[in-house]
Amino acid sequence: MTEIVTSYPELARPEEFTQQGLGWVPWLLPVAEEDLTDLQRDALIEPARTKMPYFRLLARDPEALRARTLTDLDIFYNVSGGIGRAERELAAAATSRHNGCVFCASVHAASATRESGREADIQRLLDEGTDADLGDETWNAVVAASVALADTPLAFGAADIARLRAAGLDDAEIVDVIGGAAFFNWANRLMLSLGEPEVPGRRVTR
Amino acid sequence: MSAPAADIIDLLAGIGPADPLAAVRDQRAQARANAQRSFEALLEPTAPGTFPLAERYAVALFVARLHGFDAAEAFYGDLLGDEAPELEAVVADAATVAAATGPFGGYREPNLRGESAEGLRWSPDTATAQALGERLSAAFAHTHLLVFRPREARAEALQALVDAGWSADDIVSLSQLVAFLTFELRVAWGLRVLAAASAGATAVASTPAAVSAAVTEGA
Repeated sequence: MTEIVTSYPELARPEEFTQQGLGWVPWLLPVAEEDLTDLQRDALIEPARTKMPYFRLLARDPEALRARTLTDLDIFYNVSGGIGRAERELAAAATSRHNGCVFCASVHAASATRESGREADIQRLLDEGTDADLGDETWNAVVAASVALADTPLAFGAADIARLRAAGLDDAEIVDVIGGAAFFNWANRLMLSLGEPEVPGRRVTR
Repeated sequence: MSAPAADIIDLLAGIGPADPLAAVRDQRAQARANAQRSFEALLEPTAPGTFPLAERYAVALFVARLHGFDAAEAFYGDLLGDEAPELEAVVADAATVAAATGPFGGYREPNLRGESAEGLRWSPDTATAQALGERLSAAFAHTHLLVFRPREARAEALQALVDAGWSADDIVSLSQLVAFLTFELRVAWGLRVLAAASAGATAVASTPAAVSAAVTEGA
């Protein structure tokens, strides 16, 4: 009989935060690609995700996966109004850096670099942490707000809004920062607790 | 009870249909609608299966109280009160003892160990475990891990859920529930703070009167 939980004693694990691509291995068995029901395929939203163990694992609760994914896509990719893509990815990367999700941080740090061209600034966020000076007040304010919003008990406050406004953000832009940062509290907890990252290409054994 | 028709994030944020922030939220209509659908999928599912509503509401109230968000405590307390009133005081007491400050926790990554931070690693004591039952007791220990120190999650934590009778499907739903709530509460809280900042410097993010009014209107 198959064990329900899988662990990986010999996994090639990352040693720090990185912008390099990482893999991710699940601790619970994903739904096998050939066993996906129509409802589960529909919940994946993007057909390419049938190849990804993370999404096939979440397909065990298809309604929740579908709603999660459509929330994610609108917060990050709907560019009508609001703040730019780079700042949304920055909020995701800063939240992941603060919560300690090395996998999420790698994906969204790389996206922030791609959207902004500011690889060195993003690398400083990963290397030095969320107090690093990223070179302009807008980015520093977005990171500080993301960090404040991630803390439990909830402590994000008027001073965080004031700093975002002082950096020039209007309400629609602030709502995007709140949405992007809040979403990564959701994503970080799933990626951190249902599996773990691996450095691709030098896995030892399984 | 029937599923609440109100948008739960608006309700928790204290945002009415005519408020300027309602129009701002409409710019991300798909996100708004699917945050609501996430609530429905995880907290008002048409087929809860082997993860009953009482367990979902108990976990939700626990998460709300750990976050210190009055409006959410009142809302999820009402839901639990309808489904399993005998658990309300147990959850409240557990949340008081389990109060911590996060995120904290030890890093597994060798070059990040200097950033590891200590805090309260809580699991139910014998009396609480008895009152919650084996399944919910394991779920609460896992919820505390996810809320405060997700970086310490390991495969062994999932094994503890399996040992307490949780299926793989229900572990995914439980994980989604807790993780979703950490999103929902932050969006609602952030919008509440933003609305208060727009209304003027004297406004307070979360007053007890505003909270109970919002919950009464929406329940």
